[in-house]
Amino acid sequence: MSAGSRLENANPTIFQRSGERLLTATEEDEDAHDPIDDREIFDLIRSINDPEHPLSLEDLNVVEQVRVKVDDAESSVGVEFTPTIPHCSMATLIGLSIKVKLLRSLPDRFKIDVQITPGSHASEEAVNKQLADKERVAAALENSSLLEVVNQCLTSRSM
Amino acid sequence: MKQALTLLHRLSAHPDSRCWYVSWNPSGTLLASCGGDKAIRIWGREGDSWICKTVLQDGHQRTVRKVAWSPCGNYLASASFDATTCIWKKKDNDFESLTVLEGHENEVKCVAWAPSGNLLATCSRDKSVWVWEVDEEDEYECVTVVNSHTQDVKHVVWHPTEELLASASYDNNICIYREEDDDWECRATLQGHTATVWGLAFDRTGQRLASSSDDRTVKIWKEFPNEAGQGDSSWKCICTLSGYHGRTVYDIAWCRLTGALATASGDDAVRVFKEDESADPDQPVFSLAAQVTKAHDQDVNCVAWNPKEAGLLATCSDDGDFAIWRFQEEE
Repeated sequence: MSAGSRLENANPTIFQRSGERLLTATEEDEDAHDPIDDREIFDLIRSINDPEHPLSLEDLNVVEQVRVKVDDAESSVGVEFTPTIPHCSMATLIGLSIKVKLLRSLPDRFKIDVQITPGSHASEEAVNKQLADKERVAAALENSSLLEVVNQCLTSRSM
Repeated sequence: MKQALTLLHRLSAHPDSRCWYVSWNPSGTLLASCGGDKAIRIWGREGDSWICKTVLQDGHQRTVRKVAWSPCGNYLASASFDATTCIWKKKDNDFESLTVLEGHENEVKCVAWAPSGNLLATCSRDKSVWVWEVDEEDEYECVTVVNSHTQDVKHVVWHPTEELLASASYDNNICIYREEDDDWECRATLQGHTATVWGLAFDRTGQRLASSSDDRTVKIWKEFPNEAGQGDSSWKCICTLSGYHGRTVYDIAWCRLTGALATASGDDAVRVFKEDESADPDQPVFSLAAQVTKAHDQDVNCVAWNPKEAGLLATCSDDGDFAIWRFQEEE
């Protein structure tokens, strides 16, 4: 979205991206059981676009691999994300984009919890509650204009 | 623990979408299901299997969140994210759309009929609870809008015999309403849950109410008469079931025939609790009588006891299926 001069955080700090993931021999072996790990989840979400900057969530350090917790055996994925500023009004939208990306990418058995990194946002509790409420998430995704914004965040940008 | 819940049937009710809710008709012969595919399906038993009798489509533009049968069994109400509630009338073996109730600002989350069949309650993300009156000409009129909750209202349920209504909300509270001088008012607010309250169920007498929540607990509330003997009675939490559910408890059903309490949880499990009959009724003790940890492949959204056949339980899930189970107690 081009918010022009109304950018909430006009000069965000930009962080270095992580390198490409190195594939191990077991991962290349088609027959070996290969549980989903933190890095694979991180790779799914790191290129999500920030709603107001032409940068990825990884560039802005909104998502980090250390804040991704996967338990393949328990079918659970937990992601904490860090808004760039404590009053970021885009926090719910960013969280929703992460959640939608994971819902679309992972097998249905996974329980996906997306939360704000503790202490990093003024409305942390309210945003977390909203993101955890699957009924409200389902209703939000039936809203075509909101869905369009989420899809824009999830579209890989040619840079 | 021996398995006391046996799977009888499993059907794909709403393929490629969620099955949000199932509801038995009062005679226990039909089951209505609804889901994210905007459809309502009516299921009936034929021989040893369950078949889809009819599909109600085109009634709603968005997800159908919940369905409810009238006490006479001739009407079905459906609550939808499209902000409307449809009333369907049974005609021979089919249903026709009778009327559409409009007024809520956004998603309607639940609908419930009063035991008399003359009143209907709806609730919405717009934080309000509406009470509708039905006359003999099948005309519906909104008689009250109550705004006692500060957030999204998830569920409404009527007392089994009286005109008393309870609602559960995203604001973590439960409200109890009665009619007072032609107006419905919140007469009690039940505070205790620490997260969204999703489900409510009265016991057969209506003196106790069970609630289920995102805080992963179930609470049992009891009505106590006012000490002065006048005015409003008060509702107190007399029991909390914690430590059983791994995730949100989306729904709860209290069997009017057996007293068994069933729960639907986001941890994919269905659990049944039984009350210790010898315990003090003011300090009840419930124990886990049966559980199926992988009852569905995804979140279980609803549990419903058959109103006529003791121990017959229907459940439904995000995986789009509904299932029918038999609960048998072990001696």
